[in-house]
Parts: sequence; structure tokens; C-alpha cells
Amino acid sequence: MGGDAPGMRVDTVRALRDAGITALLAFGLFLPLVGFQTVTDVRNDLILVTRWPLLLGVVAVVGAGRLVYSLAVEPWLRQRALLPALPAPAWRVKAGKWFLPFAIGFVVAYPAIVLATAGFGRAVKWIDNFGIQILIYVMLGWGLNIVVGLAGLLDLGYVAFYAVGAYSYALLAKTFGFSFWILLPLAGILASFWGVLLGFPVLRLRGDYLAIVTLAFGEIIRIVLINWVDLTNGYAGITGVPRPTFFGIPFNAEDDGFAAVFGLEFSPIYRTIFLYYLILALALLTAFVTVRLRRLPVGRAWEALREDEIACRSLGINTTNTKLTAFAMGAMFAGFAGSFFAARQGFISPDSFTFLESATILSIVVLGGMGSQIGVAIAAIAMIGGTEIMRELDFLKLIFGSTFDPTQYRMLLFGLAMVLIMIWRPRGLISTREPSVVLKERKMIGADLIKEGHG
Amino acid sequence: MAAGDDILLRVEHLTMRFGGLVAVDDVSFTARQGHITALIGPNGAGKTTVFNCITGFYRPSEGRIALRHGDATAWEWLEPLTNCGERNFARTGGALYLLERMPEYLVTQQARVARTFQNIRLFPGMTVLENLLVAQHNRLMLASGYTLFGILGLPSYAVAERTAIERAKAWLDRVDLTARADDAAGDLPYGAQRRLEIARAMCTDPVLLCLDEPAAGLNPRESSELNQLLLAIREQEGISILLIEHDMSVVMEISDHVVVLDYGVKIADGAPAAIRDNPKVIAAYLGVPDKDVATVEAEVGL
Repeated sequence: MGGDAPGMRVDTVRALRDAGITALLAFGLFLPLVGFQTVTDVRNDLILVTRWPLLLGVVAVVGAGRLVYSLAVEPWLRQRALLPALPAPAWRVKAGKWFLPFAIGFVVAYPAIVLATAGFGRAVKWIDNFGIQILIYVMLGWGLNIVVGLAGLLDLGYVAFYAVGAYSYALLAKTFGFSFWILLPLAGILASFWGVLLGFPVLRLRGDYLAIVTLAFGEIIRIVLINWVDLTNGYAGITGVPRPTFFGIPFNAEDDGFAAVFGLEFSPIYRTIFLYYLILALALLTAFVTVRLRRLPVGRAWEALREDEIACRSLGINTTNTKLTAFAMGAMFAGFAGSFFAARQGFISPDSFTFLESATILSIVVLGGMGSQIGVAIAAIAMIGGTEIMRELDFLKLIFGSTFDPTQYRMLLFGLAMVLIMIWRPRGLISTREPSVVLKERKMIGADLIKEGHG
Repeated sequence: MAAGDDILLRVEHLTMRFGGLVAVDDVSFTARQGHITALIGPNGAGKTTVFNCITGFYRPSEGRIALRHGDATAWEWLEPLTNCGERNFARTGGALYLLERMPEYLVTQQARVARTFQNIRLFPGMTVLENLLVAQHNRLMLASGYTLFGILGLPSYAVAERTAIERAKAWLDRVDLTARADDAAGDLPYGAQRRLEIARAMCTDPVLLCLDEPAAGLNPRESSELNQLLLAIREQEGISILLIEHDMSVVMEISDHVVVLDYGVKIADGAPAAIRDNPKVIAAYLGVPDKDVATVEAEVGL
């Protein structure tokens, strides 16, 4: 298996040619994207600035990258493909076993870790932007996972149910003064009601058609929220949404506030920590219910539906009800998350429920691996945490100059990450399926056998 | 019909049109309790269409498909039931179902007719055991209190699931797949997938098992094992079987009754031996007019 075997030789000429073509393509692609920039000058005119050095730099990096890939990485990959597959090393098996308890322990201890390392002042940012924000998306991802990952129904309008939950909480809490704990289940019920409502007309649709109709449904909800000004206050949104209380004790600086009651100095951090544990509990509830559901007949029917709908029907399964329960279940968790979102923000507007939001949640599910809870959680951390962390990368300004804003490159990096994942792990980070019931030995099922569903 | 006491399924004047195409034209036959009835015919004769009508996947253009449970006296209710517009009629000791009025999932769930498919339709990404548990969905759904008790982890569901696994294990033993219970169904070799599909259909607890070409793609040894399995299902479970098959060794060996279709029309109906010698059937299979059968038979050495 030496490097001289036929087909193993590194073809320098070809590598150079490939690198040249890649650089040329990069030039064509980045010329309008990077080469030109429009800026407003002092007289408020729009002028075109060329950035040749930057463009050439990008092209050179791309070309060199391709050259390195052809010369070094590709032969190495080919070599490795010839070696027999090794069993997973012992440390990896062990790590896999301890991963879940460690991860849960970490998220439970996270506020304490942040308080200890970042200090009291900066902790709010870390718990809120990273902890709460990521956990909302983990929960949404797990909720959508029921519809897309388990039942195999492609839903592009998931954010609609999130919006229904948020507006249900905001409107009912403001109008009737119900507490968060009453409205949380109510928001879930209302969202799942809308889930069923959406489910009915799309029952007969499959694949692309289902995706388009769910996409339209998401937009309908958003546009109704914008235009029904009497109820929702339109674009301006709803302000002063009541915040959740600690079992009746509000988080404020008053005498009956949380800090005063517990004899602490007032600080916004208590509310943030409370919200963190609230969303953590909600997310864990979602995970727990989903894991349970998978082992129940309804969960198996969802997966069977994804595998083969006609076979399901031949076994006496009412596929209509099965699809509706999947929509309702998924929507319910979005409703919970939505009411939490409204309570946390204190302000909601239709801007928070755009299609981009649906797309983000769906890409979390797809990147994580459809049907995999841990995969979805990791993908949510990477995608949402990645966005947040880009705001923190101040040192990049030292390299690229003070006008450099890393968040502008967010979508580019997402795209890149998506392409890389689809090359290396086309079925998501965790693509194997764990059987829901075992007779003797638990064997993971490879992605090549699992169907993706067709609506 | 004096000899009709043991009739289980009655297909009467079944017609199925797709636009201008008449796939099944006025076909009537019966299947008897505890019998294996074979439905044969050349390609495109409409056998699978008849199957799809019986199992509720197609709604027939015309005709009546009635199935009896329990007491044979239930047949007395056939005309009143047909006229009153209901789907089914039940009383202690017997029940009657009009399958053409039922959607496919109720045909399995209530009328207890199970089926397999010509191109195997397993759940490839689920394990063999899971496939058999999905088949027991309705019973388990009830036991899990429509999911509610199951979520709360009440013991009644655990008991029901254990029973379901026991039943699945019994069927795995019978089709010789116990060793592969935890493997993905899509990983099984072809013959094993065929057996699993039959076991899965049996897990729905049917009174009538409809098999669409169960021996297709099996080698002679597997095919004879299949014969034994089907005979055992008939003997031990008392289940009637309706079978579409091209493999004449299977048809002639195990069926009690054969119905022959050609171009959507029933051309013969009778015991296997009689069918084998029926010139119309031979003509249909050889694709020649009746009067030329003798000549062609001589040519091919029959």
C-alpha cells in the first residue's frame, strides 16, 4: 500500500491545473462580492470603491487551498480509504457513555460557572445571550424534530407556532392578567390547535408541495400579525408584556421584589438565572417527552410513517391522525417556547417570526441529524452560539482593521459550514438511529437504511 | 347457496375502472374459511387491482366485497346491510363487513384483513422487532391510553408492550428471524424480508391474509419453506389466505381453490387440478386463442 501504487501518485500538473481553475472561479465569484464596494462619501453620494488587494488575497487563498487539497489532503484521504475500518477506540466509547450525564451536569451548573468566571457584572450577557438564546433554539429544534425528523413531514413554517405561542401569552397576559404558569400550557394548547388546523389541509400533500404550503402558512400567520393592527398592534408589536414571577414574587427593585424578599441586593441577574432554569426545564421536558414518545406506539407510528406510509396504512394505522398528532406535538413545544420568548423579551413584534427563523430551526434539525436529539442540540449550540460568539471576536479588529465587523460574515460562514457538513456528513452530525425497543442487543441503524420521509 | 356456510369472503361483480381502462370487469368469487385461495393470471390481468379493492386501497367502481367474522349465519344480514348503507354489522357471535365501503386502515383494523405487497414494503430503517410492534399499533395505542398513560409511564402499557414483544418473538421464531430481531429490516436478505413481511401482517391478528406474490424472487428452497409456512398458518391459526402468485409450484402445491383472471375477466375458478387442465387457462398463459391450444401445447411439449 505504498505511495507508488497506481492511482496513488500525486499528479502535480493536474493539481496545478485544478488550483488554477478554482482560483479563476473564485475570481469570477468574488469580483462583485468582494472586489467592489459601494460607500457613501461626505456629500452623501454613492461611489464605487474597488478593493483589488483584498480580492486578490481571497483568490490566492482559495487557489492555494485547492492546491494543498489536491497535493496533500486528497492522497491522504485516498490512502485512508484503503485501510480497513478500525473499531472505535476505547476512549471514544467511554466518552460516549459519559457524554449525556456530563452535558446535563454542565448545563445545570452553567450559571454558576459563568458567575464564577465572568463575574457578577458580565454574567447576564453570558447567561442570556448564550444560555437562554441557545436553549430556546434547542427546544425549537427538538420540537421541529418530531415533525421533520420522526414523522418525516417537511415543515417550513414552524415559526408560525412559535408566533402563536408568543402572541397568545402576550395578549392574554396583558388583557386578562393571567399568570405565566397558566398561560404556558394554554399557549401550547393554542399552538397545537393551529398545528392541527394546518395539518388538515396538507394531509394529502407530499414532499415539495407540503413544504410550500407550510411555508405559506408561516407567512400567513406573520402577515396577519402585521395587518391585524387592532389585536396585535401591527409592526409596532406588543410592549410591556408581563414578565414571569418567581412563584408570585416579581423580579424588580420593589420591597416585595425577589431581591428584597430573599435579602439580596437588587440585580437583573436573578431574573436571568431564573429564566435560564425555566427554559432549561422546558427544553428538558421536550427532550423527555420526545424520548418517551419514541418508545410509545404513536412515536413508532411516526417513524413508520416516515419509512413507508402505504405499509403503515396496510397495518391498520390511521395515517391522518398520526400526521395530525405529529403536527400538534411539534406545534405545542413551539407554543411553549413562544410564550417563554414573549415573557423573556417583554416585547414581541412580527419581526421575530420571519421565514429566516423557520429556516434557522430547520437547518438546526438537518445539520444535527434528523431524529437525533443530541445532534440537534449540538447543531443549535454551533449555529446560535456561533452567531453570538462572532459578536465577541474583538481581536479580529486588530487584524482586519477597526471597521471589520465579523457578524457581517455570519451568513457566509453558515453557508460554508453547511457545505462542509453536507460533504462530510450528508445526513447530519448524528445520522444513526437508535432502535426504540431491543430484544437482545442494541445496534445502531446506519443512515443509509433510514428513509427521510416524503411528506 | 347451500354450501356457502364456510364462505369467508364474497367478491361480487367487482369492477374497477381507471378512466377509460377497465382493469377488473365484473369479477365474482368466494374465499372459504380455512382455505388457501389463489388468484392467478398473466401479467396485467388485474390481480393486484382486485387485491387493492379487497384491502381498501382502491374504492371499486362497482361491486360488493363482503367479509364475515364468526358465525356463518351472519351472511343472512348481507342484503339488509347493503341496503342500509352502513359499513359493517356486528352482533354476538358474528359480524359482517362491506370492505368496499371502508378505508384501507379500517379494513385491517376492524375487518382484520392483512396484506403484503408485491414489492416488499417493510420499514427499512427500523429493526425487525420494531416492524412487528408497529403492526400491533392499534392494540398498543389502546393500552397506552392513546399515549397519555404511556407518557406518564403507567404499568398497564408496560404489560401490553411485553405481551406485544412476546407475540412478535413467537412470530420471529416461526419465520426463523429471532437471531436478527435487533437488525434493521433493510439489512435482511431478500427472502428474509419476504418472511418478515408475512410475519408483520400476521401480527395485526387477521382473519384473512392477502399475499401479493409472496414467492417472487425466492429460490426453490425458500419457496418450499414458504409453502410450509403458509400451510402452517392455515392449519394452526385457522387463518384463510388469499394469494396472488406466478410460481405454479406454490399455487398447485398449497392452494385449495384457484381463481384465474385474464384481461380483468375471470376465466376459470376451481380446484388446482381442474385449473391445470383448463384449456382457457392454458390459452391465457400461452397467449394464444383457445382453438390453437392443442397445436401450441404439442409444440412446446406439454
